[in-house]
Amino acid sequence: MTVRIDQAKCIGSGQCVLAAPDVFDQSDDDGLGLVLISEPPAELLPGVRDAVDRCPAQVVTLEE
Amino acid sequence: MTEAAVCPVPHENRVHPLGAPAGFAEAISDGPVKMLWPNGVEAWVISSYAGVRKVLSDPRFSANKDGQPEMRTEGEQVLGLPEPGNMNVMDGDAHLRLRRPLARAFMVKRLNEMRPRIQEIVDEHLDAMERAGAPADLVSSVCLPVPSLVIAELLGVPPEHQALFQATAREMFGKNGSRAEYEAKAEELDGVLLKVVQEKKASGTTDDLIGLMVNDTDFQMDELLFLAIGLLAAGHETTSNFFGLFTLTLFEKPDQLAILKRDPGRADVIVEELMRYTVGRLGGAGLARRAVEDVEVDGVTIKAGEWVAVTFQANLDESLCPHAGELDLERRAVSHLGFGYGPHQCLGANLARAELQILLRTLFTRFPDVRPAVPVAEMDFREDMITYGAATIPVVW
Repeated sequence: MTVRIDQAKCIGSGQCVLAAPDVFDQSDDDGLGLVLISEPPAELLPGVRDAVDRCPAQVVTLEE
Repeated sequence: MTEAAVCPVPHENRVHPLGAPAGFAEAISDGPVKMLWPNGVEAWVISSYAGVRKVLSDPRFSANKDGQPEMRTEGEQVLGLPEPGNMNVMDGDAHLRLRRPLARAFMVKRLNEMRPRIQEIVDEHLDAMERAGAPADLVSSVCLPVPSLVIAELLGVPPEHQALFQATAREMFGKNGSRAEYEAKAEELDGVLLKVVQEKKASGTTDDLIGLMVNDTDFQMDELLFLAIGLLAAGHETTSNFFGLFTLTLFEKPDQLAILKRDPGRADVIVEELMRYTVGRLGGAGLARRAVEDVEVDGVTIKAGEWVAVTFQANLDESLCPHAGELDLERRAVSHLGFGYGPHQCLGANLARAELQILLRTLFTRFPDVRPAVPVAEMDFREDMITYGAATIPVVW
């Protein structure tokens, strides 16, 4: 279970941070999405899946 | 053989002021349908949740809006023309070049830092409303001035120009707007903004959005001014309308309002559900895209060059959530389309969320008995804008 953000296409909407604040943050430098925990424990996966679904730029992925 | 006539898009005569234009739901009930816009342009209307997400995110649909279907019956295109800084009509890398540097100003944590200040602005306006006494007009007392002050602060422009900001937004979003009148207002606003830009340059600040654009991007001056005006206008018209529409929706559904009053700490989730439901219920066809190659959506082929318009009635699609046609403030937040979707999704969404959460929570906590002074169906609504909302909301408490 690996979480990734494709930085090249991220628009920094922050939807992932709203969906799973323990797993994602936004960079102070450019506002783009950051993965804090790339191998999140099971209890955080619903939030991660929500982030994948909500991301308007479709750049958050969870490799199952 | 002649083709079946394309029916005009239903866009008037809402049966209920918070509902869709008469005949709209019926017109889209069989899936994608081609309709004729008041300015004479035809477009496919896409209404399924998956279909709308596809149109707004698939790069085979361009955001170039030159000649787009519009609700105007006269005049000329005011919005959506290709000009420097108009990222709303750009695709791919050109769009990202302008959009990405703005993300910092709307970061979730940055807006969280702004919340105490937003609260202060809301409190001041509710204090003033209380002092003036009932009945009050919620639109002029709160809905308009609060987002106006907040967006001015986020951009870093002096609030004393509020009236000019509001007038420019009106010209920009008027259905039958005049390009010349909009340009005259924009020019006046450019004069104000140029002074602000000089000050930001001198101070070197990146603490507000204009400072950030001036001192930490490669934006040209014409791009920067266009973006600043667009953000000011968008920040005025949208949040203010939606705070009013949310309040009216709650007035009409006392059982749902009771949920907010019981648990104002859940205002974040409640705002998402109100956004989903309110936008979905208003229906109507809006945002347009143009196919750059043939694309299949919901079983029809949109041919290269054809226009597509999405309807956010897709927020009421059962594939998004169960009993999607009902407002349920106990529902968990779902991936609604109230702020759009795709790379052009509302840049100010997180700002709007913060404002709407604070406004709703504070209004109904401070004035638990606030209620409409006249029936909602008898209030005046603004139909002359591409943005929609109540003109006045008379309340007592």
